[in-house]
Amino acid sequence: MISPTPADLAAIWLSLRLATVTTVLLLLIGTPIAWWLARTRSWWKGPLGAVVALPLVLPPTVLGFYLLLLLGPEGMVGRFTQWAGLGLLPFTFPGLVVASVLYSMPFVVQPIQNAFEAIGEKPLEAAATLRATPLDAFFSVAVPLARPGFITAAILGFAHTVGEFGVVLMIGGNIPEQTRVASVQIYDHVEALEYAQAHWLAGGMVVFSFLVLLALYTLNSRAHRR
Amino acid sequence: MSPFIKALLLCAAALPGLVRADAVQVAVAANFSAPARLLAADFEKDTGHKAVLIFGSTGQFYAQIKNGAPFDVFLAADETTPARLEQEGNAAAGSRFTYATGRLVLWSAKPGYVDDKGEVLKKGQFRHVSIANPKLAPYGAAAIETLNSLKLLDAVQPRFVQAENIAQAYQFIATGNAELGFVALAQVMKDSKLAAGSAWIVPANRHQPIRQDAALLARGVGKPAATAWLGYLKGTKAQAIIKSFGYEI
Repeated sequence: MISPTPADLAAIWLSLRLATVTTVLLLLIGTPIAWWLARTRSWWKGPLGAVVALPLVLPPTVLGFYLLLLLGPEGMVGRFTQWAGLGLLPFTFPGLVVASVLYSMPFVVQPIQNAFEAIGEKPLEAAATLRATPLDAFFSVAVPLARPGFITAAILGFAHTVGEFGVVLMIGGNIPEQTRVASVQIYDHVEALEYAQAHWLAGGMVVFSFLVLLALYTLNSRAHRR
Repeated sequence: MSPFIKALLLCAAALPGLVRADAVQVAVAANFSAPARLLAADFEKDTGHKAVLIFGSTGQFYAQIKNGAPFDVFLAADETTPARLEQEGNAAAGSRFTYATGRLVLWSAKPGYVDDKGEVLKKGQFRHVSIANPKLAPYGAAAIETLNSLKLLDAVQPRFVQAENIAQAYQFIATGNAELGFVALAQVMKDSKLAAGSAWIVPANRHQPIRQDAALLARGVGKPAATAWLGYLKGTKAQAIIKSFGYEI
């Protein structure tokens, strides 16, 4: 009977931490972007929307390669982080978070944007006639109405980060307990022909993810019915 | 006859032309892709047969071959995987041979950073050393052996960044994110010269030889193009090409 090695468990724990941090950050960053994209009539709506969707275009390892260039000692961002005293991001956990936030951005922004767009002007205008400030209307009207969008966004952002492989492989450097996430660990097992270990880890990830998604969807549909 | 049926028949008639009887399907370890392209072109000129190259990692090829991938010949990045395939009946017995022996090099993208004796490793003024995953890549295992024989493994290990293969190990260094690292001589050599940066060619006695073995796969048995390709690889002309890329035979 094959059981998980400490390295496998460390990789799973790291994946969960990365996905949680990434999802929380993406909800914080993605919500204002989605709000702006949903409401604006500015000429910039098209270009910004396209930029948010861009990470879908490049193969992940290629995206990872360009991030490596950008965040590296010769890259624009790398020079800035060094200048700011933050050091270099590649091969660190914060580097993985930055890469994952960029890579999973469209999966979070688009569902929220769609939900905001579906609300339309009327509920917000009604709130304004009741003297709600724009901020109050946003939190008391728009966010509750867009709840399903937020839940979808959180699920997609989390799941996509857990399953992400190419980008973390390039930016992470596969350092145990720092950047070696579960998807990389599974790949290592498969490449090393340790199929039993790979099956265990992959099976565990699939079952775990299924249970988390099931719980979220069930909760969401129950909340809807109420 | 309707035009649609006609078009279908035309396609059916063209199919045998696509599946060429005189072509050999070669699964090539990614680190050997540049020499393999040159060899395939020369092979086609010499024999009239065509070598169709498929690039990938050795572990991935193993899984694909076990599950019926249509490859005739396997040029692996190690010697254990072809041996295992032969043992398990997926490769022809006695067909294995070493087509190239890799040389390990300690390389930096910065000129003058690595001295020609590798003393830079002892000074330890670097943050990251890039190596290929020693569990998967023979070059990674050779790097560990080298550091071990230099008695530097414990000092250097905390600074490892591990790549899945030597192509990625090279990218970590080329982009400047790792100051230096262990890669294949074939990656940094061009026309028998160092293409960029600085390097220490690790003496061959510091590690087990990095033998890359070829094998005739079960599907290629009896195919004239497959036999011709293996014969061509053993010839002096092919060996000269392989050597010009920084390999030994």
